[in-house]
Amino acid sequence: MFMKKYEIFILPVVSVFAAMLVGAVLIFAVGENPLVVYWIFFKNSLFSLNGIGYTLFYATPLIFTGLSVAFGFRCGLFNIGAEGQLYVAAMAVTLSAIWMDGWSAWIVIPVCLTVSVVAGGIWGGIPGLLKARFGGHEVINTIMMNLIAFSLVNYLVVGPFHREGTQILETDFIPVAARIPRVHELIPIIPKTLPLNMGFVVALLACLVTYLILWKTRWGYEIRAVGISNSVSKYAGINVNKNMVMAMFIAGGFAGMVAIPEVMGYRYTFHDSFSAGVGFIGIAVALLGRNHPVGVILAALLFGALIRGSLFLDLNFDNLSKDLVMVLQGVIVLFVASDKLFKKLLSLVRIR
Amino acid sequence: MWEVLDLELIASGLRLSTPLILAALGGLFSERAGVVNIALDGIMIFGAFAGAVVAYETGNPWIGLLAAMLLGGFVAHIHGIASIRYQADQVVSGTAINLLAIGVPAVLANALYNSTTVTPNIQLMLPIIQIPIISDIPILATLLGKYSILVFFAFAMVPLTWFVIFKTSFGLRLRAVGENPEAAETAGINVYLMRYYAVWISGLLAGLGGAFLSIAHGSSYVNNISAGRGFIALAALIFGRYTPRLTLLGCMMFGIADAFQIRIQGVIPIPGQFIQMFPYVLTMVVLAGLIGRAQVPAADGIPYAQAK
Amino acid sequence: MFAVRLKRITKRFAQTLANDAVDINVRRETIHAIIGENGAGKTTIMEILYGFYQADAGEIELFGEKIEITNPQDAIRNGIGMVHQHFMLIPPMTVAENIILGMEPVSRSGVLQLAQAEEKIKKLSDEYGLEIDPQIKVENLSVGIQQRVEILKALYRDAEILILDEPTAVLTPLEVKEFFQILLRLKEQGKTIIIITHKLEEVLEISDDVSVMRNGKLVGELPTSEATANILANMMVGRDVLFELSKTSVTLGKQVLKVEDLCVMVDDKSRLKNISFELKEGEILGIAGVEGNGQTELVEVLTGLRKLDSGTVWYLGEDIANLSARKIREHRIAHIPADRKAHGFLTSYSNAENQILGFHYRPPFCRKNGFLNFANIKENAEKLLSKFDIRPPLPDISTGTLSGGNQQKVIVARELSQQPRLLIIAQPTRGIDIGAIEFIHQQILDLRSEKVAVLLVSAELEEIRSLSDRTLVMFEGEIAGEVNTDTFDMEKVGMMMTGHH
Repeated sequence: MFMKKYEIFILPVVSVFAAMLVGAVLIFAVGENPLVVYWIFFKNSLFSLNGIGYTLFYATPLIFTGLSVAFGFRCGLFNIGAEGQLYVAAMAVTLSAIWMDGWSAWIVIPVCLTVSVVAGGIWGGIPGLLKARFGGHEVINTIMMNLIAFSLVNYLVVGPFHREGTQILETDFIPVAARIPRVHELIPIIPKTLPLNMGFVVALLACLVTYLILWKTRWGYEIRAVGISNSVSKYAGINVNKNMVMAMFIAGGFAGMVAIPEVMGYRYTFHDSFSAGVGFIGIAVALLGRNHPVGVILAALLFGALIRGSLFLDLNFDNLSKDLVMVLQGVIVLFVASDKLFKKLLSLVRIR
Repeated sequence: MWEVLDLELIASGLRLSTPLILAALGGLFSERAGVVNIALDGIMIFGAFAGAVVAYETGNPWIGLLAAMLLGGFVAHIHGIASIRYQADQVVSGTAINLLAIGVPAVLANALYNSTTVTPNIQLMLPIIQIPIISDIPILATLLGKYSILVFFAFAMVPLTWFVIFKTSFGLRLRAVGENPEAAETAGINVYLMRYYAVWISGLLAGLGGAFLSIAHGSSYVNNISAGRGFIALAALIFGRYTPRLTLLGCMMFGIADAFQIRIQGVIPIPGQFIQMFPYVLTMVVLAGLIGRAQVPAADGIPYAQAK
Repeated sequence: MFAVRLKRITKRFAQTLANDAVDINVRRETIHAIIGENGAGKTTIMEILYGFYQADAGEIELFGEKIEITNPQDAIRNGIGMVHQHFMLIPPMTVAENIILGMEPVSRSGVLQLAQAEEKIKKLSDEYGLEIDPQIKVENLSVGIQQRVEILKALYRDAEILILDEPTAVLTPLEVKEFFQILLRLKEQGKTIIIITHKLEEVLEISDDVSVMRNGKLVGELPTSEATANILANMMVGRDVLFELSKTSVTLGKQVLKVEDLCVMVDDKSRLKNISFELKEGEILGIAGVEGNGQTELVEVLTGLRKLDSGTVWYLGEDIANLSARKIREHRIAHIPADRKAHGFLTSYSNAENQILGFHYRPPFCRKNGFLNFANIKENAEKLLSKFDIRPPLPDISTGTLSGGNQQKVIVARELSQQPRLLIIAQPTRGIDIGAIEFIHQQILDLRSEKVAVLLVSAELEEIRSLSDRTLVMFEGEIAGEVNTDTFDMEKVGMMMTGHH
């Protein structure tokens, strides 16, 4: 049976509604009014220039991690390691930028961009290699790599690279040459406080590149083939191992690019635990976006809006915190994953 | 550094392996029935949370224990519905549980105690057993002398699990469902139901493992209380080729590594964070299969569609 | 008196009418055969009898009484047992554990009483001549013995009526003979047996009555004594079946493939032992034998999917042993695999994408910069879809939605489109409708006329006989014998397939 174009949207939309319903129950359970809460969510994320700006800002890293997880899925690999990959890359970019202090931006910025991809790529490539050579399950290995990464960067930011003279857990600031412009520097109307930066544009470019690679090139043809069937790919002469490692490397690279909007465009330093789960939310983004770059953008925007909105929860409500967003994600992932539910819903819609 | 290697280390190791054993055995039931359970870590967190909160509110650690098991079973049931009835990819639905485990306890803790990261200390923890005669014998006193009751329970679960899996008809059917669900169905077994049973058991045990962390070993729930133990338990299970005895060995190995890591901090000049990494690296090494490929139940991880 | 009467059974699955008001009457204590082609509906109706499915309309009568069967337990309770084509066994468990699964003898607390079970099994195996050791793990048994376990499963549950689905599909001729002895013994002991099969010779040899189905309908029911191969074949297919393909004589060209002393070991077991043969242009070399005797490993070595342990493989004067699958393809060696779903095509890829599988990385389908050339890909797809009459001829729909025959045609089209000089083709017509079978057979013969060398591996002796110029018979990893088309004697070949020279 062929799927009509609009049918691809049904499950994601239903999942989001279902999640909001569950969220509503939870909100009600702690004594607040769900309608008010959701209204606060959307008022602050979609109905003002500032709100939209922040939504895009929060969505940017999610696009990268969403692409990261989605790319892995396209090759049949579950990349839970985006969180660790982005931390390692961010640290690598920060340290490289500091090391290149005094050099021209024309060199520093391309080098940093490269470092972000390569560092994340290596961190993703290692579990990829373990899976290809030893069959080690990438789920557990990427989780282990996360835990190792957390310890590693924590050590670096607390110890040798800690910025002197402050209690905050941050490294030194990166030189100006390594910083990428904020959007408000280019478009005057935008409020100066908005941290939205060119990293957003890079993210969109990354989506375009993903699309081109996966559907327009022979490498994408092979990666997707491996994701559909290892045995058929072997028969067709496709090197399954090489593709798996490459896919994990690229996936890690995408996750690593979070360093661009975060370090090079916003904080200009490595701030301990700056991520707050962006790598894990990427899983929900990828699944909701059906592992397609366009879907990833849409899903990232949705979660960006939710994160933006959730920041106002602490202010306005005693009993709610931004962790509510994690709950919503978990429910979304549950629903999106349930294949048969999808088919059931599809048949319901068809009858109409 | 080597002075750390004493009997006290082994005792700590056994203590620390307790949550691993419970979670790993839970995982064993689930995987043997063909349901991959990545959510062990998340279930442990839920169990730890429920245990701490209920033990605090009621003042009774035993009720807390019960709550931990029930919540663990319930959360596992959600994983079960998604992956058994709706044929979700089992790794994905397990991950969903882990995501929920990051969010739900934090939200509830905030609502109850105004903190997203800790719950209040409980007054009464689970009893520590001191076996009368043994506490007088020098070596055995250190090795067996002072353990929380859960430790004994966990170790006792190992032979019990072995017996149930290999010597009862329930275990036979469970294994059949995990190896060849089609054949099991032809034999008249309700594949879905067996898998639910397995998933519930894994939830109960993993919840129990989590409770150990908050009401036996520790005295409250804290953020990231599991520290990836659910995944380490899974690694131990794979190392143990899904059999109770080898899995126990794997858990003890990791437990002792964990104890070693704690003791050695400050003793040698390597920074604490690196020592912390040791169990994780060990897990990856184990998974790289230097111990060989486990005999995974043939239908593990594959959603099964029951015929109508 | 009838043991089983199926009256006007009708069953519909989505678009297909699998059973259309079918009547089947099985006399007591007989062996009743149900024959038909793939998709005729014979397995479905028996699965209705066994309770796997419920009929949409119709009745079931057992020994004169109307009964309802809603699940396999009902069927078992009523004394019906079924042995499926693909065994429902659990390999790492023992024979006894497999047999008792679902009705295990237990103590009050649920503990297995294996000794008790083993005793009953021994009794049954003596009574029916089904020799077996209850403590062996099923994975260590040969296919023929595994079948006995399946039969014992049914007998353990006091089955009076046994349904066997394609029981001889994976047996050697010797095992088939033993199997027939077992059937006769069961009949003697008062059991009623229903066999689902498509093998005419066996039906004529062993059954008492035969029902013929075609396209979901019952075509006819008659005593075997009144049937002949031609009558049955006619009923099965609806027209006179072409048992002979027209083969013109072709002069052989130069040597294309030469295999010498090929050996392959897997897990310390020898899978191929000193295999040697030659293949020339314009020749079809058939490899006959029951599956599992090394044919798979042979094909894998020749197509770059497996490394050999010793020996040489010469292709047009070059040693191609251990080359990668991609390099093998580049040498214009095509491979049409036995299991199309696991090897031949990607289910969610489109027809166009599947038709460049294996050649996607080079011109004309790929540009030097790595980008795919979609114009060429589409043109290629349209050309092949029409040339091979693939339905529906749409390049952009996913191949997974096509019928088995059309899927196979997509694979054949792709492999042949690259002008191979050597074609290795395994089990080409498994699970395909007759129209596609004839088409593919003709394609193979056409290649032969074009001086392509063809290595044909098949478990269907008829297919080998009608297509090959020469045939090698494989048994337990060795070449048991060789026959030419003229000297092709089914019985002789059958003997070779079981190791008798």
